[in-house]
Amino acid sequence: MTQDTDQFLERLNAAAALAARPLAFMEVCGTHTVSAFRCGLHEMLPANVKLISGPGCPVCVTAQGDIDLMIGAADLKDVTLCTYGDMIKVPGTRGSLADARARGAKVKVIYSTLDAVQHAQTNPSEQVVLAAVGFETTTPATAVAILEASKRGLKNFSVLASHKVLLPALRALLRPSSDGGGKIRVDGFLCPGHASIILGSEAFREIVDDYAMPCVVAGFEAQQMVAGVARLTEMIAEQRPALDNVYPQVVKPEGNTIAKNLIEQVFEPAATNWRALGTIPASGLAIREPYAAFDAIRRFGLVAEDAPEPAGCRCGEVITGRCTPTDCGLFGRRCTPMAPVGPCMVSSEGSCSAWFKYGRKRDGAMEPKAGIGA
Amino acid sequence: MKLSTNIVMGHGGGGQLMDQLLDEVVRPAVGNEILAEGLDSGILHLDGQYRLAMTLDGYVVSPWKFPGGDIGRIAICGTVNDLAVCGARPLGIALGLILAEGFATSDLREVMASVSAAANEAGVKVITGDTKVVGRGQADGIYLTTAGVGLVPAAHHQRPTVAEGDAILINGPIADHGLAVMLAREMPHLKTPIASDVAPLNGLIQHVLESGIQVRFMRDATRAGVAGVATDVARRFCRQVVLEEAAIPVRRQTRHAAEMLGLDVLEVANEGKVVMVVAGEHAEEALRRMRAHPLGEQSAIIGRIGTNSEPICELRTTSGGSRIVQKPFGEQLPRIC
Repeated sequence: MTQDTDQFLERLNAAAALAARPLAFMEVCGTHTVSAFRCGLHEMLPANVKLISGPGCPVCVTAQGDIDLMIGAADLKDVTLCTYGDMIKVPGTRGSLADARARGAKVKVIYSTLDAVQHAQTNPSEQVVLAAVGFETTTPATAVAILEASKRGLKNFSVLASHKVLLPALRALLRPSSDGGGKIRVDGFLCPGHASIILGSEAFREIVDDYAMPCVVAGFEAQQMVAGVARLTEMIAEQRPALDNVYPQVVKPEGNTIAKNLIEQVFEPAATNWRALGTIPASGLAIREPYAAFDAIRRFGLVAEDAPEPAGCRCGEVITGRCTPTDCGLFGRRCTPMAPVGPCMVSSEGSCSAWFKYGRKRDGAMEPKAGIGA
Repeated sequence: MKLSTNIVMGHGGGGQLMDQLLDEVVRPAVGNEILAEGLDSGILHLDGQYRLAMTLDGYVVSPWKFPGGDIGRIAICGTVNDLAVCGARPLGIALGLILAEGFATSDLREVMASVSAAANEAGVKVITGDTKVVGRGQADGIYLTTAGVGLVPAAHHQRPTVAEGDAILINGPIADHGLAVMLAREMPHLKTPIASDVAPLNGLIQHVLESGIQVRFMRDATRAGVAGVATDVARRFCRQVVLEEAAIPVRRQTRHAAEMLGLDVLEVANEGKVVMVVAGEHAEEALRRMRAHPLGEQSAIIGRIGTNSEPICELRTTSGGSRIVQKPFGEQLPRIC
């Protein structure tokens, strides 16, 4: 254990004792979810402090209908669907992209959006569709791809965009839900380090001001997360909700203006459908009119259908902090990383996957066996 | 879980998905007591003081050339290592070439030069082979298959077993191979200092075995990485395995590349790393001997067999926490952000 982690743990323990009640902080970002499990953070926290997962895993918040749309696009003749790796195994209503690939669809895993642009340029006979998901972290890269394709005059590149905007989702979480479920009980947000690089720490000021909700931007090392949770707990103990940034090495108050301008240039706010949260006004991004030629929806006349979430799947409650993965009846039984039912079990950043992979597994979870060959 | 209708990429990943395919389709067709031992080589019991070990591996790595090695080197080393971790001295190798129409003969020369160099390094001969050519597009350039036979002194062939307090050792930094290949395949324009660790381990392993150290179990940590071996040990022997994150050697650049791609270094493939379980009292001597070999200079004791009989692999993290380690499931996929 590093000395710094030790010091923050001491502060955290002291503040938690002072707060003297159960505290639940939401880690908004999927990378936080995974890092917390990977470094064993949960068991280092004081007994009255727990971390719950939030709607910050891009795969997990993608609505079932949008996933079907991607698979539908991949199945189109002459289309090569380019996607980030995490999306490959997410089950849609009729199988996943991996299944589509196994039955002959052209699905290419990309590491950079510009790989998709380059693929389109070198393969003019193919229609290249980039399935673009993610928050402010990935949106600028999609914008760059569209601008680059436009500059190169590519006629065979388009984007199936289901990007999301973070803040409206946080606001939606804090409002009483329409289904009468009531608002979630959360005592503060551990704000995402990566998205904040673009957004800037000041972006969360409105959450602090409007909801008296402590917000701390933190990095992904154990020490940085402990520091973040310590600051949140101190704010509660002092009854002084505030905004803090314990990741100032990379997150600036104003964020990355260039990236924000790129988003602004190519996209405009639009209502979008979230898994579990439903349709939230201005929480998504539509491709602006001057770049309409690069919109796969318009190019191929794709129609998003409302698809029900899988029966029994509680991913929606997991990503809104209403339940933990182990509360779900499918977890570790019908739903495992090998045969995921919901997206939280698929994504490497998903809460269920992290819980299954790194948490103490429950009886009945998949038992691996030794293999032939090495 | 039901086996999927079609083969998916994850079925070749060396993880749980592959186990399921083997259990449901492959083993039921050919299963027998030798296969059931689940070792890297099949061990045939001949009369006398030796057993015969036999193994086979197919190589489809893409690209065929990557920093630190190529498909020729990997084909020899992989098979030599599968023999060596069973305590066998490799005797001879059979080499099958499947070439796609259009593959450059100069490239084939390069692959064969690597085969030759690796065989010399391992002290083994390629004693037979086969060559086939398939139409353009039916294969990705070049595939190799190598089979190997070796002799195991009867004294070295004991039923593997582990006990509480046994130490777990590895001969150097992990995850270099998988990341070198992944970066070469997916980001060919990226300049990186990460090179594959592909190497024949028979010399190092013999060096340890000759000292009389009681090696209870060993396996090379290829696909599914150290996580694959550690979880197999836990389950095979029904024992808790405890790994110490801080003790596991990982090069800085490799750790960073893995972080960037969202991969867990424990799950990434190696081609020149052996995980050994040795009796606790022999741990320091085993470490000394491994470090004395050129392929083991950075060897480390990375964990131990725990007290608990629950077959779970646990990792004590650098930051003072702990978590379980599972065998990866299927394909390793990079993350979104």
